[in-house]
Amino acid sequence: MTLVDLWAAALALALLLYVLLDGFDLGVGLLFPLAPGEPARRRMLAAISPVWDGNETWLVVAGATLFGAFPLVYATLLSAFYLPVIAMLAGLILRGVAFEFRYKTVRFRPLWDAGFVAGSVVATLVQGTMVGALVQGLPIVDGRYVGGPLGWLSPFALLCGIGLCLGYALIGACWLIGKSEGEVRDFAYRVLPWLLAGLLAFLAAAFVYAVLIDLPVMRRWFERPYLVALPVLGVGALAGLVRGIAVRNDRLPFPMAAVVFLAAFGTLAASFLPYMVPFSITIAEAAAPESSLRFLFWGAGLFVFPLTLAYTAAVYFIFRGKVAGEAEYE
Amino acid sequence: MDLTPLILSRIQFAFTITFHIIFPAFTIGLAAWLTFLEACGIVTGRPIYRRLSDFWLKIFAVAFGLGVVSGIVMAFQFGTNWSELSRRTGPIQGPLLGYESFTAFALEAAFFGVLMFGRERVPRSVYFLACLMVCLGTCLSSFWIMVNNSWMQVPNGFAQTPDGVFVPTDWSAIIVNRVVWVRFPHMVLAAFVTSAFCIAATGAWYMLRRHAVQEGRAMLTMALRLAAILVPVQIGFGHLVGDYVHDLQPAKFAAIEGRWHDEQPASEVLIAWPDERTESNRFQIAVPYLGSLIGSMSLSSKEVGLKSFRPEDRPPVLIPFLAFRVMVGCGLVMLAIAWLGSWLSLSDRIVGARILLWATFLSFPLGFVATITGWFTAEVGRQPWTVYGEIRTADAVTPFLTTPQVATSLAIFGSVYFLIFSFGVLYIYRLLKAGPIPTPDLGRQATNPKRPLSIPGAGTTTETAR
Ligand code: HDD
Ligand code: HEM
Ligand code: HEM
Repeated sequence: MTLVDLWAAALALALLLYVLLDGFDLGVGLLFPLAPGEPARRRMLAAISPVWDGNETWLVVAGATLFGAFPLVYATLLSAFYLPVIAMLAGLILRGVAFEFRYKTVRFRPLWDAGFVAGSVVATLVQGTMVGALVQGLPIVDGRYVGGPLGWLSPFALLCGIGLCLGYALIGACWLIGKSEGEVRDFAYRVLPWLLAGLLAFLAAAFVYAVLIDLPVMRRWFERPYLVALPVLGVGALAGLVRGIAVRNDRLPFPMAAVVFLAAFGTLAASFLPYMVPFSITIAEAAAPESSLRFLFWGAGLFVFPLTLAYTAAVYFIFRGKVAGEAEYE
Repeated sequence: MDLTPLILSRIQFAFTITFHIIFPAFTIGLAAWLTFLEACGIVTGRPIYRRLSDFWLKIFAVAFGLGVVSGIVMAFQFGTNWSELSRRTGPIQGPLLGYESFTAFALEAAFFGVLMFGRERVPRSVYFLACLMVCLGTCLSSFWIMVNNSWMQVPNGFAQTPDGVFVPTDWSAIIVNRVVWVRFPHMVLAAFVTSAFCIAATGAWYMLRRHAVQEGRAMLTMALRLAAILVPVQIGFGHLVGDYVHDLQPAKFAAIEGRWHDEQPASEVLIAWPDERTESNRFQIAVPYLGSLIGSMSLSSKEVGLKSFRPEDRPPVLIPFLAFRVMVGCGLVMLAIAWLGSWLSLSDRIVGARILLWATFLSFPLGFVATITGWFTAEVGRQPWTVYGEIRTADAVTPFLTTPQVATSLAIFGSVYFLIFSFGVLYIYRLLKAGPIPTPDLGRQATNPKRPLSIPGAGTTTETAR
């Protein structure tokens, strides 16, 4: 395994962790307006407030790894996705300050709640849209983006944006089940079937659409039939999720939803390889010079990255179990 | 002036990072202050330190939150607006900024949780350790950002490929050099001084209002004495920073000095209004010989003027010139207050010294103003280069950006930041006003009438302070 592979793997891991962890935070934000009343909202926030900023760190870690190890892709993608990236950042800001601000006011609480929800929706929507645009292929000539301000926008990309909203809401609901009791848990169990149905509908629509517009990625799947193992894993996890909901086993849904995300992420990543921006910039082309990668490796790769992983785990361990909240007093 | 994507991008970068630096400048110092209070509490066992630390923790939380959200924007703006810069210098700036996130952010983000929610859950020593790690994290973060910015100010340790990509050849030269080792302390001290003055001002405010007098007095004396030591050291480092600018960025130095012609011996312009159109100073007050003394420690040295540089290689003059004077002025005022206040506090006369209390109270913005004007001096003085002598700002910007695009993003950032800044400041003000005394019904009634103590997450952050 070369340094380039190692950093590509680290980047993939950081992105995956971001999608999984901030995915459920954002999902809780998406479900927030549907919550049955203020006490339930408080408990929903309590289920994510100790971890959300640690989760968001993985976005920064992914961004920094991209800049550090693959500057060409960092420069190309962020400038190509100018407006969506800005919208995502604004969304994350509104989402982030809401945690602190909503408890400091009564009069303006609806404002911050609206910001929390709108921020979560916008961030999720544009993340999905960007992934969709990548899958469909960005207009890039000689390693330079040539699509103009809206070159990333397409019906397929938007469809993926909506799909990610469903996905994040799903994993958010699963997280709430694992973390809460009573009203909030019941609420999550209530919305989950709808979210599952929506997600399946999205997958079907995306597949049909992809066949219709003859996506290049689709051809990869025929060239690499072994890739089917990942979707199969995903389907298995979906079955586990359904079972968890059916028997109301609070421990099952989140891990199962996480495996579904893992499978989807893995499928995409594997069908992109060896490209980083399909199908115009390969991982090898994008990589920073050896001296940069080595410098990054001896400190960040060898110590800090594993350490970050370890204490992310530690924080989750400290806050394991259900959140004790007002529920206990009632 | 045409609103080109370039100028809008520059305005946007300056706006977002100026907004951002306000919060790090505060939290770097507060993290150290919390660690210090925790240590005092463990050593002396006196409950006042615990009260102070619980109180400042709430403020820290709000400021930290604003720092995090505004910082994330920074990490992406290099790619969105400065894609040519990122493409070409990514192999150097990327790893440096990468180290910033890897070491500091993750550390902060992880131990921050313990700080906020762990008071009752972990032993005191672990809590102290968490404070220490957060403090270390903020300082490390500043270190890497200063290494990175110092490389942009004085690039070294690299080679260039034919397509203009900078390849690092000597990391130790990039990291360990005279520029970093004076600018990093200057920045961290700036943050410490800024926080010290905010703490002292809060203490003075309480004493003036006769509210939380015991805590107020502890804050005031501790912070003023701290500042009495830190401010002179900071001014010393300021001199050393000036030395590097004199040696390595002569055009910036000339702009800071408002010196248009080569002079020998050089005079020092104290006050003036530099006019770029006529290439001269209006309303100038200058001291002969002092310019040579400050620049080269001699009475006869020749000092370079702006006219020795081609017009397209000169930085704007007015902003660095004025910003520098504001920074130095703030430093001198802070020095006076810190020394006078500490001296009075030794003999306990500070309680009655209302003028000094007022002065201390009103001085809370000085640190922020000095920090921001300091950065304006450094960054505007670096123009027209982004990487000094290597990449012009005009060549660093994303080539295909359009004016509507950047205008949109600027409007988005402007309105979002305006919203969160006004409320953030309001909430910090309320927390400060309520003070460290735990009043039982601080208005939590309003937020949660039934159960005043059941706060989500059981953290102090979410307490209401109305
Ligand atoms: C001297 C200090 C300093 C300076 C000049 C900057 N920052 Fe900063 N930054 C910090 C000191 C800091 C900090 C103290 O470490 C913060 C403040 C609050 C926090 O969480 O960390 C931070 C937060 C922060 C975050 C949020 C990290 C997180 O999730 O915890 C990002 C992404 C950046 N910064 C990035 C930047 C970039 C790209 C800068 C330059 C262009 C920059 N900062 C200037
Ligand atoms: C009073 C004597 C001071 C002198 C002579 C001085 C000198 C300087 C100079 C020459 C610069 C520009 C450096 C560059 O271009 O790279 C600078 C930057 C800066 N100064 Fe000061 N300074 C003084 C006081 C202060 C004080 C009191 C503060 C804050 C509390 C402060 C905060 C800063 C900051 C944040 C920067 C930007 C970071 C940097 O470039 O290092 N300075 N200072
Ligand atoms: C945190 C405090 C900082 C402040 C207040 C600050 C201020 C400014 C200002 C006022 C400008 C606009 C200059 C102009 O275009 O005339 C600018 C530009 C810029 N600064 Fe900073 N700066 C800070 C830190 C940094 C750091 C740490 C970096 C690098 C890591 C950096 C990199 C840049 C870049 C890339 C630009 C845009 C390109 C350019 O104009 O050169 N700045 N900054």
